[in-house]
Order: sequence, then C-alpha cells, then structure tokens
Amino acid sequence: MTDATSDPISFDQDADLPQAVVRGYWASVWNRLKYDYVTLFCLALIILIVLSAVFAPWLAPYDPEKSSMAYRLKPVGHDKYILGSDEQGRDILSRILYGGRVSLAMGILPVALGTIIGGIFGIIAGYYGGKVNMIIMRTMDVFFAFPSVLLAVAISGSLGGGIQNQLASLTIVFIPPLCRVAETAASQVRNMDFVDAARASGASTFSILKDHVLITVISPVLVYASTLVSASILLASGLSFLGLGVSPPTPDWGLMLSTLRQSIWVQPLVCAIPGIAILITSIAFNIVSDGLRVAMDVKS
Amino acid sequence: MWIYALRRLILTIPILLGVTIICFLLVQIAPGDPIQSLLPPDASEADAAALRAYYGLDKPLAVQYVVWLGKVLTGDLGMSIQVDAPVAKEVGRAFANTITLALLAVALAFVVSMILGVIAAYKSGTWIDKLFTSVAVFGISVPTFWLGVVLVIIFAVELNWLPAAGMGNSGSENFSYWRWEDFKFAIMPMIALALPPLGIMTRTTRSSVEEVLGQDFVQTLRAKGLGEMAVLRHAVKNAMPQIVAMLGLQLGYLIGGSVLVEMVFNWPGTGYLLNKAILSRDLPVLQGTILVLAASFVMINLVIDLVQSMIDPRIKRS
Repeated sequence: MTDATSDPISFDQDADLPQAVVRGYWASVWNRLKYDYVTLFCLALIILIVLSAVFAPWLAPYDPEKSSMAYRLKPVGHDKYILGSDEQGRDILSRILYGGRVSLAMGILPVALGTIIGGIFGIIAGYYGGKVNMIIMRTMDVFFAFPSVLLAVAISGSLGGGIQNQLASLTIVFIPPLCRVAETAASQVRNMDFVDAARASGASTFSILKDHVLITVISPVLVYASTLVSASILLASGLSFLGLGVSPPTPDWGLMLSTLRQSIWVQPLVCAIPGIAILITSIAFNIVSDGLRVAMDVKS
Repeated sequence: MWIYALRRLILTIPILLGVTIICFLLVQIAPGDPIQSLLPPDASEADAAALRAYYGLDKPLAVQYVVWLGKVLTGDLGMSIQVDAPVAKEVGRAFANTITLALLAVALAFVVSMILGVIAAYKSGTWIDKLFTSVAVFGISVPTFWLGVVLVIIFAVELNWLPAAGMGNSGSENFSYWRWEDFKFAIMPMIALALPPLGIMTRTTRSSVEEVLGQDFVQTLRAKGLGEMAVLRHAVKNAMPQIVAMLGLQLGYLIGGSVLVEMVFNWPGTGYLLNKAILSRDLPVLQGTILVLAASFVMINLVIDLVQSMIDPRIKRS
C-alpha cells in the first residue's frame, strides 16, 4: 500500500537517509484520484449543481412558482426567459435551480438513511450470525423479490403522494442491498484474529462493533452507497413523474417533466430540459462513484 | 442436477410467501378507512361495525391475511373499484402486453450489449473501449421516461415517422411482431426500455470477457496458432454463464420497471394499469398487479438459476 523503500536491516535512525514517504490510506486514494480527470470533472460538476441549488434564491431570475398567463410556453432563448417558460408561464431556469433542491435531496437522503438503517441491521446480522442472521437476511431476501422500481412504486402508490412518503418508500428500497453489503463485510471480520483478541481482552460487544467491525465495514458500504445516489435520483424523479412526489407548484425535475409533457407539440425543446438536468446529475454521480471505487480499490 | 433444482425450488416457497405478506401489507399501510368510503356520511357506528364484519375486517390481521391468501391461491385477486371487473382478468391482459414489450427490449439490449461489450473488452483501453463504456454509462444514467419523451419529440413530433403512443388498431389480442402496422408502435417504447439494461449488460459483458481474455488458456490458444476470431469465440463462450445470469435478471427488472415507459407511451401493460390504479386509488388493482409482477420476477430468477446451473456445472457444487 505504501511506497516506503527503507531497508529494515541497515536502518539507522541517526543516519541522514532520505525520508521514506509513508502514505496513509486516504492519501493513496487521493493520489490515484487526482490523475482521474473525468472523475474530478464530474465531482466539480456535482459541487456546482449542489451550490446552484443551495443558492437558488440568489441565482434564479424569477420566482419559480409565479405564473404569468401572458408568457406561457416561450421558447428557449426568449428575451425574458433564457430556457423558456412552462405551461403556466413560469421561468424554466428558475424552476430548474429550485427544483434541484428536492431532486438532489431525494438522491442523497434516502441513500443516507438506507445506509444507516441497512448498515446497522447488516452489522448485527453479520457479527452475531446464527439465528439473528437468518431472521434479518431472510427478511431482506423477500424485498429482493421486487425489482427496485416496482417496490418504490408499490409503497409510494399505496401511501399516496407527498415528499415524506417518497422519502420513506425510497429508503425502504435501499435498506436491503446496503444491509447485504454490510452483512458480507461484517461476517468476514467476525472471525478475524484481532476481533478474537479484542474479545479475549474483555472488550464489550458494543466496543468491538464500534472500534473494529464498523471501521472495516464502512468503506465497502460507503462505496456501494455512492453508486446508489444516481439510482435514487432516477427513482425519485420517476415517482414524481407519476405524481408520487412533491405537490405542485413546488418545482421538482421529475414533476416538471411530467407537466411539460402535455406541451411537446408546442415547445418540444423546453419540455426536454428538466430531463437533461436529471441526466447530467445522474451521469455525474455514476462516474464519481465509479472513480471512487477504483481509487479506493474496493472489489465490487 | 435434480437435487439442486429441487433445493432451489423449495427455497422459492418462503420467498413467495414473503412477497404475499408484503402485498397484503401494502393495502394496510394505505391511508384512509376503506369502510368509511363505502358508507353514507350519516351512517351509525353500528352500521360501520356490521359492514366491517361483513368484509371480515373485524378479524385479527393474521386471520385476514390467511383468508386473503386462500383467495389468491385460487386465482381470486378481488374486484377492481374503478372498473367493475375482477382484478385477475385486468392484470392478465395487461401482463401479456408488458411481456411483449419486455421481450423486445431485452432482445435488443442483449444483441447490442454483446456487440459493444465484446468489442470493448477486446479493444480494452483504446478509444473504442472508452466510447462504448460511455454509451453504457449513458444507458445506466438516463431517466427512461425522459428518453421516451425525447424519442416522441424526435420521431413523432418533428419527423412524424412513428406513432406517439398506444398500441395500434390490432390491440393486445392480435398484436404481431411481424406486422409493421403493429410493430411501429413498439419501436420507441422498446428503445426507451432497453437502454438501462443495455448499459448494465454492456458492462457485465465487457468485464467478464476481459477477465477471460486475461486467463492462461487464452494464451495457450494463441500459442497454438488459433486465429483471433476463434480465440474470441472461446472467450465469449466462457463468459456466457455470467452474461446469461445478467440477461435473466434484466428481463425481470424490465417486467417490473416498465411502469414509467408504459405511461409515457400509453402502452396498455401492467405499468399503465398500475399508474391508473394509483391515480384513482384503486388499491385492489395496485395490490394484484404488484403481486403478479413480483411473483413472476421470483419465478424468472428461479428459471435463470436452473438454466445457469445447466450450462455451468460448477454452480451446482456451491
């Protein structure tokens, strides 16, 4: 892992040897990452998208929810509306900027919640093994019997629209896969010598889980979670497209696409814009998570 | 082989039971009291209790589940609230249309991803590899419903080559892949639906073929003077079990994942039915559709595992 080349036999602390470079894990990860220009570019793009959503009130030229009947469905490049206006005369650019708030939150929050809940279940299942493992993992298996889109639509569909329901259904979708990754990693650590040693030295189960198991499990789980952000953005915008997300007039990329769809015969280009925002964000997250996986050298 | 198949078959039963439990609970988590919506506003408490008893809703949840499961096992999925018809009939008709579309999409994804994946693996590291890998990333990242809308904009609105939506005059009963009047309705939904699996399968094909190409036996094949095409044929053959597994999984995902594409194109499949059920809060249809789709996903996975164990004897031992 390190580039240290000092020879232990002739090692002499007083000798004026060139300092061997000993890099930590994260330093070597960064060293690999810094030459991966595509990943870095996409990382910068994500930061830009996040910042523009956060600072939407300052960046947006108009109120995203204010409609004006006189300026309905204006084309891209219109004097007042750079990216055109929608079927209620609302500025597309402003709605895209504000809409990023919901869409990005729905990409990250469900995965974060799923990581915490799935991770805890996975660690418990992996560490304890036996009956506990069987109960937890067989329950998860049942959820794997649903394709992810179907599970999300099923839960959201019966709970009804609304942002909390969307968050709940997406979190449930992501718990089982993250639980499985955590379980695999935790069950490998369980029988390792250093865990046995910790147990023999009288460490409590909680401190073993916290100090040894969690540390080992966290890196594969986080890398895997990063691959799910893009999927979560796609699923969330899909649910909003079906009307199972934020309630209008709150802007959201999926919902925008859904309402603009009625106008494709009038302003085709304008109608495609919200989807482009989803596409770019989703590509950027996919490429960054791929780059991270390579840089962190985690086997998928 | 038979022992493996039997074991795999038995393992499927608890999963299917779990699926029915989740589908049963779906209706329970829905907000609102179904009894209240059936009664006039001035109905008394006693009337509500009587109706609750009539529908068996006064029994414990576990009893309700067993009664419901018994009906499901005999093919009774309840009645649709919106259209006065049995859910099973509605779902059955829609399911056939979904399968029609899913098979087309998976065939397209398979053919294209094999070509892209094998070439990318063979030309690993070159610009062709990078180009094809980018196509794969695009496929994985694209929102299918947006792609559907864009296809409609290009081929229906601007060029006027293909119909924007629907399934044509033949309808679901007489739809034929071989008649242009029917097939042209399936082209755009097929492409929109095929892209995500195409991306995933291109990646799988590329990585598994590349892995095989790096093995010792490939060097031996080259050393004994085999042509490059023949070497590649060996490599693909060895990578096949993994690719087939992926193919089956993707077919399963398409059957469940076509909700959005079917909605964009008004394709009268399960996704369209599901969407109608969500809009009108027709919970029996929602429940029945989800149950049928999830159960068929489980069965597809079972078949894939069995097929895989037949073409790759190593699996039986694990």
